[in-house]
Amino acid sequence: MFRIQKKKAGAKARRSLGGNIIIFGIIALLGVFSAFPFIFALITSFKPINELLQFPPRLIVRRPTFDNYESLFQIASNMWVPLTRYIFNTVIVAVLGTVFHVLFASMAAYPLAKHKFPGKKALFSIIVMALMFVPQVTFIPQFILMANLKLVNTYGALILPWIGASLGLFLMKQFIEQLPDAILEASRIDGANEFRTFFQIVLPNCIPAVMTVVIFQFVNLWNYAPKELIYSESLKVFKMALEQIAASDPIARMGAGAAASVILMIPPIIIFVLLQRKVVETMTFAGIK
Amino acid sequence: MNTGIWKSIRKHKESYLLMAPYLLFFILFTILPVILSFVFSFTYYNMIEPPRAVGWYNYIRLFLDDDIFIIALKNTMLFAFITGPISYALSFLVAWMINDLSRTLRSIATVVFYLPAIVGASVYPMWRLFFSSDAYGYLNGILMNLGFISDPIAWLVDQKYVLPILIVVQLWMSLGISFLAFVAGLQTIDRSLYEAGVMDGIKNRFQELWYITLPSMIPQLVFGAVMQIVVSFSVADVSIELAGFPSTEYAGETMVTHIMDYGTIRYEMGYASTMAVVLFVMMVLTNRVVSKLLSKVGT
Repeated sequence: MFRIQKKKAGAKARRSLGGNIIIFGIIALLGVFSAFPFIFALITSFKPINELLQFPPRLIVRRPTFDNYESLFQIASNMWVPLTRYIFNTVIVAVLGTVFHVLFASMAAYPLAKHKFPGKKALFSIIVMALMFVPQVTFIPQFILMANLKLVNTYGALILPWIGASLGLFLMKQFIEQLPDAILEASRIDGANEFRTFFQIVLPNCIPAVMTVVIFQFVNLWNYAPKELIYSESLKVFKMALEQIAASDPIARMGAGAAASVILMIPPIIIFVLLQRKVVETMTFAGIK
Repeated sequence: MNTGIWKSIRKHKESYLLMAPYLLFFILFTILPVILSFVFSFTYYNMIEPPRAVGWYNYIRLFLDDDIFIIALKNTMLFAFITGPISYALSFLVAWMINDLSRTLRSIATVVFYLPAIVGASVYPMWRLFFSSDAYGYLNGILMNLGFISDPIAWLVDQKYVLPILIVVQLWMSLGISFLAFVAGLQTIDRSLYEAGVMDGIKNRFQELWYITLPSMIPQLVFGAVMQIVVSFSVADVSIELAGFPSTEYAGETMVTHIMDYGTIRYEMGYASTMAVVLFVMMVLTNRVVSKLLSKVGT
């Protein structure tokens, strides 16, 4: 009797139906809470002006329009520098910041994962501790440093601190560690030096980890827009420009602000949805032992 | 002795060369700022004149003569030791709950729950609109329509409401990288452990969670804790964007907003560095304690 019940439960312990229903209910509720502000932004961005100023406010849109997006781009194109300039700046910052971080962090991760050299343990524990010292936390001393290196108001101020970020290195190192040593040995026997082994064997086998670091880094750079570091209009990134527009007149530009929110959230979402599987695969190795 | 070190460095030349480009940026922009803040914390420095040594003055001023820092410290502690653990537990529980879903549903759920962490910052204007002080604000509109209140409430201005609202929004954004690590970690637990557990008399999913799942995930839990510490101790943007900078009567002040206030507005870099040092020390100590605690899970 007991035996049969256990067999029915299969590999895992018993899941009661009541428990399943409760858990599913909680997930659904939390999911709605999680998604609500995004849906709210989307709906608001399509509202015509009379619906935006309606009392009591409604959570649905009756006559959707693109007016808010049009007016957002109109305001943006009347600014001191053309809108394309902000987009160009964003691309420069995101691409350079991501490419150099991924390249340098994975190069450094390889010896940390697979070589034995003096100082390795100490170096890695410093890097794990530095996971906590993200640019948001070290902002002021970094700002002092940037000012003294004459980097304030250059692309460098937005890019350089992120190239040496430790999360990417940590994830790459954990991923490379589980690659079989045999493939590295084969390459070395063929006479390749460590640089060739890295580029020909290690890197091609780390694509999921590389993709993951690309996402995290891109999202960080996309969301990083401290006003203190850039004051020339011609060097500002897209996010700074859209925030300026939305903040300049919060009530009249409620709709344009919502449209700006929607535009800002689309690229990170697309990238994450496309690469999600790789991220989960990589995060499997992210534990700290 | 010295030649021995040189020999071993020469022998491992390739390792060091591979690491050199990364280490250059890492040391210059992550390690050096941390060291600099220790140095500047003992000075008065306004970025125009050279720094002037003041001894422990900044530290004394911080704890004895800065009432707003005490508010900031209290709020940061609240985010770190109340909101943080709730976020952390929530990240794990949601990851655990969606683990039983089918592959497709789990992917969709992962995206939905992770969204606020990656693009939450773009949606702050929506929260401002939702909690807006006038009758156009959605929360006021809804509550007035239903007859709960007769006059609009200034949600983001009134000291009573500022902090609770910031906590709600912070919790909304809390399923971040640690959540992804938990989702991934849960899928790699060896199935045979569960089977063995059933044989050993584990009856329900909660016993399974405590005796099998959690102990198998300690590395992910430690990593998640580090990430959670970063998020909780650096709460600032949400306060600046929703409650304003500074917030009414500093109700929403946190250590990082206080650092920003002295660093980017008053240009008292020495004093701002002192606060940064206190913040670093608090983060590192918390990390130590949490790692110790996590090693006891499942025993």
